[in-house]
Amino acid sequence: MHRFANPARFLRIARVCTPLLTLSGLVLAAVGLWIGLFASPPDYQQGDSVRIMYVHVPAAWLASGGYLGLAISSGVALVWRHPLAGIAARAIAPVGALFTAICLVTGSLWGKPTWGTYWVWDARLTSMLVLLFLYIGYLALASAEDERHGGDVTLERGAAILAIVGVVNLPIIKFSVEWWNTLHQGPSITLTKSTIDPAMLLPLLTSLAGFSLLFGGIVLMRMRAALARQMVEARGRRLAEAYA
Amino acid sequence: MTHAEFIYPSYALTIAGMVGVLAWSWLAMRRAEAAAAKAKRR
Repeated sequence: MHRFANPARFLRIARVCTPLLTLSGLVLAAVGLWIGLFASPPDYQQGDSVRIMYVHVPAAWLASGGYLGLAISSGVALVWRHPLAGIAARAIAPVGALFTAICLVTGSLWGKPTWGTYWVWDARLTSMLVLLFLYIGYLALASAEDERHGGDVTLERGAAILAIVGVVNLPIIKFSVEWWNTLHQGPSITLTKSTIDPAMLLPLLTSLAGFSLLFGGIVLMRMRAALARQMVEARGRRLAEAYA
Repeated sequence: MTHAEFIYPSYALTIAGMVGVLAWSWLAMRRAEAAAAKAKRR
């Protein structure tokens, strides 16, 4: 892993991967959403509202997966002082927060025709809302640190610790539908089996793959921007010192 | 299509969010890398 800690090496790889991930993600997401909206069958119980699943499930997956990435990056930055890990954490956070918000809103829009209400204080919904608050908390601490040009070690550590402690919410989200009697349905896909019809599984997996690739492409873009800004700041400091 | 008033806003919000964050990140990357290239030339 330390091979990739070198920003120059990372940038060489990122310059190749960014357009690949972004373009393939856009194509797959567009195909998945098109099939989901126009070509897949309605559900025998939910009717057409099942089509919301093709945007809601990928958003939920990326909200949780993104937070896991944020926590791992924060842990690596905190323990090993990996030069790119802190940048990765800050790049992941706003994108993960966006997908969490999309997950909550599309879930509410699905809940109204299916459950008859936009919101209930159900364990799954509440734990997803807590995840959004964790993202917002991390972003607030990380942006406060940015305003001080990364000089405040306490804030940097505070943001990283918040991200790591917040991981406890991920198993709560995952198992909330099994641990408590919730309105939200149980898992339809596990590692060994799926209860979803292949006609619905295809658009779901296609949009899931597309959104995941796009997530990766966006995170790489944000990391490249952060590295470029750091380079400009470092050069500015060197010039100021030279003229002082 | 039944429940279109819930389905279309879900798709519109997701697509707008995705395109928005993609455009924002791409522009930020292009601007930052252009500034870095300019600083390098100085």
